[in-house]
Amino acid sequence: MTRALLIAVSIAFLGTLLFAPLAVVFITALSHGWEAWLTSFSDSDTGAAIRLTLIAAAIVVPLNTLFGICAAWCIAKFEFPGKSFLITLIDLPLAVSPVVSGLVYVLMFGLQGWFGAWLQEHDISIIFALPGIVLATMFVTFPYVARELIPLMQQMGNDEEEAAITLGAGGWFTFFHVTLPRIRWGLMYGVILCNARAMGEFGAVSVVSGHIRGLTNTMPLHIEILYQEYNFVGAFAVASLLSLLAVFTLIIKSLLEWRMGIRHR
Amino acid sequence: MIGARRERSVIPGFGITFGFTTFFLCAIVLLPLTALVMKGASMDWARFIAVVTNPRAIASYKLSFGASLQAASINIVFGFIVAWTLVRYRFPGRRFVDAIIDMPFALPTAVSGLALTAVFAGNGWIGQYLEPLGIKVAYAPLGITLALTLIGMPFVVRTVQPALLELPRDVEEAAATLGASPAYTFFRVILPALMPAILTGFTLAFARGVGEYGSVIFIAGNIPLQTEITPLLIVIRLEEYDYAAAAALGCVMLAISFLMLLTINLLQHWGRRRVSAAGRR
Repeated sequence: MTRALLIAVSIAFLGTLLFAPLAVVFITALSHGWEAWLTSFSDSDTGAAIRLTLIAAAIVVPLNTLFGICAAWCIAKFEFPGKSFLITLIDLPLAVSPVVSGLVYVLMFGLQGWFGAWLQEHDISIIFALPGIVLATMFVTFPYVARELIPLMQQMGNDEEEAAITLGAGGWFTFFHVTLPRIRWGLMYGVILCNARAMGEFGAVSVVSGHIRGLTNTMPLHIEILYQEYNFVGAFAVASLLSLLAVFTLIIKSLLEWRMGIRHR
Repeated sequence: MIGARRERSVIPGFGITFGFTTFFLCAIVLLPLTALVMKGASMDWARFIAVVTNPRAIASYKLSFGASLQAASINIVFGFIVAWTLVRYRFPGRRFVDAIIDMPFALPTAVSGLALTAVFAGNGWIGQYLEPLGIKVAYAPLGITLALTLIGMPFVVRTVQPALLELPRDVEEAAATLGASPAYTFFRVILPALMPAILTGFTLAFARGVGEYGSVIFIAGNIPLQTEITPLLIVIRLEEYDYAAAAALGCVMLAISFLMLLTINLLQHWGRRRVSAAGRR
């Protein structure tokens, strides 16, 4: 009795909150048929938004992955004072509001910002341009890879690496042939989550982007613009593409969890 | 022996990885945050106070905090039920439900905001039944609570779920054997043991809710003094090129973030102590 009731309550709660909104995105996007859905992507501004999102993610994700690996190596393999403080600092962006994450870059590189005058003199634009979007996205997705790898590598210990080094392997060789094969699923896990957030970030990017159609509009920002113009099919078409990305991310994530043998995270 | 081995590691790369990590951390996170604090600190104190206690700002704090508190409270009730269902019961589709819990992490906030608005607007699937009852969700404070509930849900489920899994079943059995009713066992045995996890989930969901922007602005209606959240007010000040006011409000939000982070760390510390105490017993 209790069992049936609790399952029903859970399904109803998740249905209202998750299934209904997700279904509405796809149904509205396809409400005028497949052709209308496809046509909405032939709009040049929508195409530019998709390209910009891909470019930004292609810069941010590898950099944050590199950072994540470095941070995890230094934190998991070595003992040094201030380690837990360093971990807290790495997690810091998760606690900061996305709007504040964008704001900090405006205060650094905006016209009235620290480097604003210098940048203008040298004709370099960061805010309302690609570099600003990349920086804001990098801030927001900063901890994603690191926080997956740090506990994983700490748990694995140093024995295998030490054995490899003692047997004469170099540092890089040890990393690529000993460490990387053991952390690859965890690494992929962090990378796909980082990518999903990077492509979907709204608040931080919204602050630094300037919303110039066809130039500095990413996909999430483009949804807002189309929606404000009452172009609902267009807005929901872009939204459906991002929803597909989310569904795809969740599928890979579930597969990786299964692969890593972790049932709950 | 083991202690001695830790001290001098044969593993190379400390210098380069530590250097890169701290450099990147400073360049991307710490320096920009310093810029915000310095901008806030460079303001005339009276002006700073005037900006952060402006009636519009106060109304936005009340809304952001109120809606986040409501959403986090809804989440600890329903999130707990979901976590309980997933851990204790086997039913068809359980693995699917378990996987979809993380949807709000993967779904861009703009999409969740847009979709929730479509479902709960006056002509939406659910909104059309609520409107005649006089319940206005979209473009009203209730909509903000709803959006923040969606955003915060996985935080509660994913912190309660592992704690529930680790909860030793024999304690419950012992309570039942000693004659405790199921309700008594739940409230006096299970719930206290899960309290650290529930409070951590609550704080995580709350912290996320206070700062949330994307999903809220679609559903909120964004009317000053009524449905305007603090992050939106920062954006508006920036659009007016009032960087100082935006920075002042940003400093307030940053201070709140630090406070939340501290609370979460303390709660997790408490939770770990509880677990290790239980282990020793």
